[in-house]
Amino acid sequence: MLTEGGSTGTLLFICMILILLHGSRGEIPSKPIAATILPFVKPNDGVQTYPEDQKNNLPVFTMNYPRIQIPFEITLWVLLASFAKIGFHVYHKITIWVPESCLLISIGLIVGAIMHSVHEEPPAVLTSNVFFLYMLPLIVLDFVAVFMQVFWFAVVGTLWNSIGIGISLFAICQIPAFGVQDINLQENLLFSAIISAVDPVAVLNVFEDVSVNEQLYIVVFGECLFNDAVTVVLYNMFSFVAEMPVVEPVDVFIGVARFFIVGLGGMAFGILFGFVAAFTTRFTSKVREIEPLFVFMYSYLAYLVAELFAISSIMAIITCALTMKYYVEENVSQRSCTTIRHVIKMVASISETLIFFFLGVVTITTDHEWNWGYILFTLLFAFVWRGLGILVLTQIINPFRTIPFNMKDQFGLAYGGLRGAVSFALAFTLPDTIGRKQLFVTATIAVILFTVFLQGISIRPLIEFINVRRTNRNLETINVEIHCRLMEHTMAGIEDLCGQWSRFYWKDKFMKFNNRILRKILIRDGRAESSIVALYKKLELQNAMEILDTASGNISAAPSIVSLSPNVDSSKLQKKFLAADLRNIHDILSKNMYKIRERTVAYRGKHALPNDSQTREILIRRHATIRRSLRPRSFQSSNVPRTHKYFSLPAGKSLESRFDAARWHYTDDHETLSEVAYPSQRSRFGKPARSSSSKAMIPLHRLGTLEEVPSTDVLNEESSSTGQGVFRTNSSYSDSRVPHPRRLYSLFDDNNSEL
Amino acid sequence: MFILFESLDRDNRGCLSPDDFEALGGLAMNPIGGRIMEAFFSSGQDTVDFSSFVRILAHFRPTDRNRNKEGAQQELPSSRTRKLKFAFQLYDMDRDGKISREELLQVLRAMLGLQVTEEQLQSIAERAIQEADLDKDDAISFDEFKKSLEKTDIDTKMSVSFLK
Repeated sequence: MLTEGGSTGTLLFICMILILLHGSRGEIPSKPIAATILPFVKPNDGVQTYPEDQKNNLPVFTMNYPRIQIPFEITLWVLLASFAKIGFHVYHKITIWVPESCLLISIGLIVGAIMHSVHEEPPAVLTSNVFFLYMLPLIVLDFVAVFMQVFWFAVVGTLWNSIGIGISLFAICQIPAFGVQDINLQENLLFSAIISAVDPVAVLNVFEDVSVNEQLYIVVFGECLFNDAVTVVLYNMFSFVAEMPVVEPVDVFIGVARFFIVGLGGMAFGILFGFVAAFTTRFTSKVREIEPLFVFMYSYLAYLVAELFAISSIMAIITCALTMKYYVEENVSQRSCTTIRHVIKMVASISETLIFFFLGVVTITTDHEWNWGYILFTLLFAFVWRGLGILVLTQIINPFRTIPFNMKDQFGLAYGGLRGAVSFALAFTLPDTIGRKQLFVTATIAVILFTVFLQGISIRPLIEFINVRRTNRNLETINVEIHCRLMEHTMAGIEDLCGQWSRFYWKDKFMKFNNRILRKILIRDGRAESSIVALYKKLELQNAMEILDTASGNISAAPSIVSLSPNVDSSKLQKKFLAADLRNIHDILSKNMYKIRERTVAYRGKHALPNDSQTREILIRRHATIRRSLRPRSFQSSNVPRTHKYFSLPAGKSLESRFDAARWHYTDDHETLSEVAYPSQRSRFGKPARSSSSKAMIPLHRLGTLEEVPSTDVLNEESSSTGQGVFRTNSSYSDSRVPHPRRLYSLFDDNNSEL
Repeated sequence: MFILFESLDRDNRGCLSPDDFEALGGLAMNPIGGRIMEAFFSSGQDTVDFSSFVRILAHFRPTDRNRNKEGAQQELPSSRTRKLKFAFQLYDMDRDGKISREELLQVLRAMLGLQVTEEQLQSIAERAIQEADLDKDDAISFDEFKKSLEKTDIDTKMSVSFLK
């Protein structure tokens, strides 16, 4: 549920906080990854003239702009960007052809032009790398298999690119005609490191629209992610080196070592924080409201700690988010999940807008140094080297892949290397000691604009034209899941046979480890759970939601309700949530079959039930057999629409012994053919229902608002609304119309079962 | 591949018997290990000779895809079908051409083991059949099986690169 934009949102949230914090404090933080804030208006300049005026009358109406200036401007910017976003979604056709990033940049350009003419300063551009890497969909990456490839592409590819570009640019610089002879090799290398950083933001925008096949997507994406680690290291290394007169081989080795520390350290921290978060949320069942907070704060913490050690914060956040998604998702309540998801999406959306917006603005407002030769060649080389790089790398790696990348894939990979905000950030934070900084900045912006606009717009038709393998967005069905799992097991077996330890084997091992150890620790009530069961739960949940969303009068059949948690603990009961309710029903039903029997006997004292327990037992037994026989039968009824084949169980009150606290209040406008015995106000006893075999519909007990109503008044309302078939305890059970019920409904209500 | 065969063939008889398979610990632990083994021993034979061994393993060769202009997942239709057939056979132990609910249940039980109760298994199986069973005969035929997996990338899933 922390789906698309999970980690992104957290990143974003963090960055928004950063902006606001910095804004209000008005200071410029010094971070290793060079966060710069452009000239910023100090907030506290607004001196109140208020005291002076005291000798005059109390001013009725004052305006104190500087006081609110910073937050005000930020808010305005955000609003403006959001309006822009609304604006071009009005014209749907545009968004098909032109990726959003382009449009945003254009608007930014316009606004920047406006601002420039008015000589306004652009607001703070917080250029921390993290800020830009927000839109990371949490693809569940088949990590083991793809990891190495992604790694390969990212590391080697980036290295290849930067060195290649750097050297060729240096060669160009030698040509006097361009007048850039003063750029030495180190500076060139530095610049090229900046340029070769592929930007996930832009890429994401484009690729998602085009929906290329997953392998491609994963590789490009992973490359972007790991890019960060590489780029940062390179950047630091080169900038360090650029200031040094002499480069020694030792430094190169140190650089390499540093890279590993940065990358792996980032990941380690991320995973660590993810685990801590998961562990924490295990205990938050009583404090549901602050669960989203944990998610965000832990991500932020991961980021900060990573920054502390100057390791890749992006990697940290990404891995943290991935880990959290998997484990935390199980622990938090449904509402927290929804909250998290929505906040993330919102924040991610804003930030995306803002980034490109700023790009546009800053483009106009900074002083540019333009050098035709250098810039054009930069463009050329960027393109060429990337293409070459991809080519060579795929050649090397293809033998290791089961399904090799073909030419079209490679083209997609190469063409999809859009530069974006990362490069922008890095360029901006170049130390001023580099003489040609402006040139670099200009060149970077040029490259970004070029790639985003040209490549971004053209990539879609191109990909369609050359038919890159597309992905199939599968509808998730339980079938597919089952079969896939089967195949995985098969493959693991076959690989065993062949003596090969490849990805299935590792995946298998990991899953076992996961189930045995990790889940127990990190998830409340963690049990080994197969993906089949997980998917099944999810699908049932979806069904339940769908059904309950439909507002029709006679809602037919709830989905088959399977007990998914053998122990329904009371905490679950107190969930104000539908699905949990439905989930529990079946379980409760089955358990309570047996409980009833005992309770019946115990009951006698309290409420004299005229029926003898025996009759009841008979009925219960019949009930049970009917249920059992129902299941296979219901599938043969072909005239019943699909949904009807499920068991329908009105979400009755859960018959849980520790039931005191939880009652569900049903505002029930739909009739349930439920039989509720109301011998008295207090004691009610669900009876197995009699089916009205005439109807093919099972009106579902509509669960309206679920609140905890610790009272028994609810049932009073029910009793009034229950029109038909109110089964009184007093009545005899001699009717034998139970034989062929098509469905079963029972309203088990056991207020007094605890007695 | 022959080397592999030989290494498996412990008693050097030139063919494999069930014990040889069972000697592979991993396979024994595999929930459907038994079924995989059965797939090798087709039609009641007790031993697997080299050619049948190879033939079965050939199912798992990665396929070369021919792509045409439509960009659909076109590959040699036989290989994908062959893979699917193999998978189907893993379910369909009695070889009647259909996966009945019972067979599905067995597989599910083997895979899910102790994680779920019997009822849950039933429900899962029931749902699975509902989703796939188009002619409502309460069993999944091979065509229905194929159809339910038409969008899935079988080739990636069922290929061992070693076997190229």
